[in-house]
Amino acid sequence: MECVFGLVGNGFAIVAADTSAVHSILVHKSNEDKIMILDSHKLIAASGESGDRVQFTEYIQKNVALYQFRNGIPLTTAAAANFTRGELATALRKNPYFVNILLAGYDKETGPSLYYIDYIATLHKVDKGAFGYGSYFSLSMMDRHYHSGMTVEEAIDLVDKCIMEIRSRLVVAPPNFVIKIVDKDGAREYAWRESVKDVAVASA
Amino acid sequence: MSIFEYNGSALVAMVGKNCFAIASDRRLGVQLQTIATDFQRIFKIHDRLFLGLSGLATDAQTLYQRLVFRHKLYQLREERDIKPETFANLVSALLYEKRFGPYFCQPVIAGLGVEDKPFICTMDSIGAKELAKDFVVAGTASESLYGACESMFKENMEPEELFETVSQALLSSVDRDCLSGWGGHVYVVTPTEVKERILKGRMD
Repeated sequence: MECVFGLVGNGFAIVAADTSAVHSILVHKSNEDKIMILDSHKLIAASGESGDRVQFTEYIQKNVALYQFRNGIPLTTAAAANFTRGELATALRKNPYFVNILLAGYDKETGPSLYYIDYIATLHKVDKGAFGYGSYFSLSMMDRHYHSGMTVEEAIDLVDKCIMEIRSRLVVAPPNFVIKIVDKDGAREYAWRESVKDVAVASA
Repeated sequence: MSIFEYNGSALVAMVGKNCFAIASDRRLGVQLQTIATDFQRIFKIHDRLFLGLSGLATDAQTLYQRLVFRHKLYQLREERDIKPETFANLVSALLYEKRFGPYFCQPVIAGLGVEDKPFICTMDSIGAKELAKDFVVAGTASESLYGACESMFKENMEPEELFETVSQALLSSVDRDCLSGWGGHVYVVTPTEVKERILKGRMD
């Protein structure tokens, strides 16, 4: 089951997601990146049906880029979140996307922010959020250890604690996670937490 | 589980002497899991008109956006704010438009009409209006709220006493409902000012 979680720290927002691509009982790959870099200062961590996840997040990414081309300035995180919610809400009663999203971003004026967007288009700005079965463990861990204004080291420590909980307590726990961060210097990959590495294919 | 109970909510509006109070809980949940404890359910349409939306959070957000849009158009055309009675008719019409594919929301409308006479009403998800002279309730805790309000309500309460009554009715009702609670949000509106207060109740 897909695990996505994130939190806001002092001048940054961090999101972590598992990296397994699963179909029924088969793990297709265990290094699937589910956190898309939306633009220079935004990350979109998505979980849910794989086709919808990729198609929908790419659609959002291209529309965010189009806005920037047309208007010369990038969207704020709040605007991107509301746009995403709008697209999900419009599709909801026609052809719904089964994608849950955590949208993390950094704006110069307002600082870091994290938006929780449900697959039925419920939007809420949060300090910490999570989706999936892993959320039962990561949300509780974050409720216990989170405080506002955490440093990157403290936040990564908390993310690692959450990953430890998921690995030890979730029956079909995903083995690998990717962690991405967004701050004033932009959105980038921070680290991978791998316990199972894909075996290299021997060349023919 | 009913779709109206997916997110959990509690709303109450009460009439006082030339004033009204509208109050809501603050929990946003996804069935048994609590996502946030600072969710906004009551929205200001204009200084003398407030709208509370209970039920499915995504539909509450969509409905609120549509109603703000309609009110802004109304203000441009009529060059004045909308009266509460008229707004109630607008909400009712909007809801009945979707008679065979409804918004899963129960609105509570509270406002000061002509000569500062307080007006409250609620309606079901397809726009059946229910006017009341004393109080209206909505949400997953509505049954408890009916009982609490019926016993605590008095006619012609001053704003301070009205605030106490509404707060006690709300907190005692949400304590009997697992899907709503985590504090309260109360607005007491008189012809001269709007007082917004956050209540701390049982945080569970």
